Amino acid sequence: MLFVNSIKHLHNSLWIEWRIAIRFLADNPLQTLLISVAISVGAAVIVFITALIMGLQSNIIDKTLGTQAHIRIEATQQHNNFSEFPDGKYVWAMESPRAQRLQSINNWQEVRDALDQNSVFNTVSPLISGPAFATKGTARASVALMGIDPKRYIGIINLKDYLTDGRFSIEASDILIGYQLAEDLGLQTGDKLRIDAGDNLQSVMNVAGIFELGVRELDSRYVYTSLKQAQTLLNLPGGITILEIKIDDVFSADYWAQRTQKLTGLYVQSWMESNGQLLNALSSQSMTTQMIRIFVAMSVIFGIASVLAVSVVQRTREIGILRAMGSSQQQILRVFLLQGGLLGLAGSLLGVFIGFTLIEIFNAIDAKLFVIRLESSTMLSAIFIATLAGVLAAMVPARRAAKYDPAVAIRYV
Amino acid sequence: MSKSQILTHAKGQQVVLQLDKINKIFNEGTPLANHVLHDVSLQVSRGELVALVGTSGSGKSTLLNSMGLLDVYSSGELRIQGHLTQGMSEQQRTQLRSESIGFVFQFHHLISAFSAIDNVLMPLMLRFGKPNKEQTEYAKYLLNEVGLAEYADKPTNRLSGGQQQRVAIARALVTRPALVLADEPTGNLDTQTADEVFDLFERFNVEHKCAIVIVTHDPRLSARCPRTIRLTDGRIVYDGASADLPNEFTKTV
Repeated sequence: MLFVNSIKHLHNSLWIEWRIAIRFLADNPLQTLLISVAISVGAAVIVFITALIMGLQSNIIDKTLGTQAHIRIEATQQHNNFSEFPDGKYVWAMESPRAQRLQSINNWQEVRDALDQNSVFNTVSPLISGPAFATKGTARASVALMGIDPKRYIGIINLKDYLTDGRFSIEASDILIGYQLAEDLGLQTGDKLRIDAGDNLQSVMNVAGIFELGVRELDSRYVYTSLKQAQTLLNLPGGITILEIKIDDVFSADYWAQRTQKLTGLYVQSWMESNGQLLNALSSQSMTTQMIRIFVAMSVIFGIASVLAVSVVQRTREIGILRAMGSSQQQILRVFLLQGGLLGLAGSLLGVFIGFTLIEIFNAIDAKLFVIRLESSTMLSAIFIATLAGVLAAMVPARRAAKYDPAVAIRYV
Repeated sequence: MSKSQILTHAKGQQVVLQLDKINKIFNEGTPLANHVLHDVSLQVSRGELVALVGTSGSGKSTLLNSMGLLDVYSSGELRIQGHLTQGMSEQQRTQLRSESIGFVFQFHHLISAFSAIDNVLMPLMLRFGKPNKEQTEYAKYLLNEVGLAEYADKPTNRLSGGQQQRVAIARALVTRPALVLADEPTGNLDTQTADEVFDLFERFNVEHKCAIVIVTHDPRLSARCPRTIRLTDGRIVYDGASADLPNEFTKTV
């Protein structure tokens, strides 16, 4: 009951602070408008640049990860075994690293099924990949033969989306090739292509479709075929060389790669390891953005603080009157804190709207650029932070107002 | 004027304000120290109408601010409705001020961002929050009493000086204070308006039985108060019936 009463009391006493704060702001519309616009410009810059950089980064990551798996599991590398050294004797040995011949992941079906159990892994796709030559007539090109399980592989790279010609089929002797390879060898869909994997293992394939992944290296080298065809050509019956994995939260790839490594004992690498440079660039970009945001926010905070400092001086006499009318120091303090908060809120609402408009304009200007999406969480946090910043900015002027000596303040002209 | 006479004057009545040897020194302890009030002792009882007179710089306003708890005096004892104000926190002083004292200032001092009725209600709103029906009705009644019923919702900067001062009087009375302190309430008004405003003080003094202390330069007004306290250089040199004020003082007012 006491609690309810005190809440009621707080509400009742805050009522007048709200009222005075709003009236003070409304009483000086030009000043209020100017500072609100200043705040909104700051907020708009923050919202726009945040959304722009987030859009840019997610675009880069999407592009990078669009054509590669998040986690790759490969067979453990082959290494030399040494027989045990006799006790008490030193052995000098010169070891030359083993040539890594193509080898299959042991029990890959079981590993795949075990990984399938983990709901974090959206897709676990087996892949057999090895070198081969593609020949048409006298033209020759070295290619990477990719044997895939099509149903699973579309979870890694949705090849259907990248097809520029033909259809998605790797049944029987159908293959898919990159458009660059097709150009190099003068191929069209329906043409025949000889694939030679060495050791007299060769086969004539039928080009069913041509894709464009947008990465030159891949478009000139990748030749997709079925697991079985690739296994035969690469002489790894029933084997695969790589298990590829996609997950939802791409930035947790490192963590899951490590866990998978411990679980399987195989060689596991995440995209974050193999794209260290990119991540480095992205994080320095994020840091720069953060700096810009902090400096803009600081100028907004100082703007609010200076306007309120002026307002406190302008209202000196009225503060004195309010004190004489029985307002407490805390009430005066809250009146000015509320003004700061209200300015922050109004300015950021306007600013988010401006930022939103800027983003819409950006998106409308050129559809070929990446699309910026403004997350509602970005908008809400911008409003929340700006309001909080307004209250913080008001702290110094508000304290000064509360500390005014009423007898002196009331004589202020 | 002896102390016994003051006590006789207040005898048998409820004492609202009691000052005992109040001293006020500005910038105390610095080379700029300025002793403004010297051992000021006085009592004001319920329903009294007192004029506080003196030349400029005699300490009237300082005394009024001390009585109104707007300013802190340096030494002495000050009681408002029996509450000893020494050692009170800022919060307690604020509370006592809002419960017991109403102020009227020379430059009417309304808050221009609010309407007349909101200005009148301000002391109540600061204390209780949103005004209830009864409080609003009382504020309207007071505005009507000062003849400004039709200006209730007007912004105060549309009102004339005399009207603004009347709003300020209504505001001072809205908390039904035991004591109203007025600092040259008519100093800024022409003679006719000053008389009208003073009429209001007289009327509310009788109707509401509140004690009123008015600082004024105007001998016509101080003569209308039954009691006059005269201050010279921070000392009370006369405290008694206005009619008995020696001529030497009236001349210099």
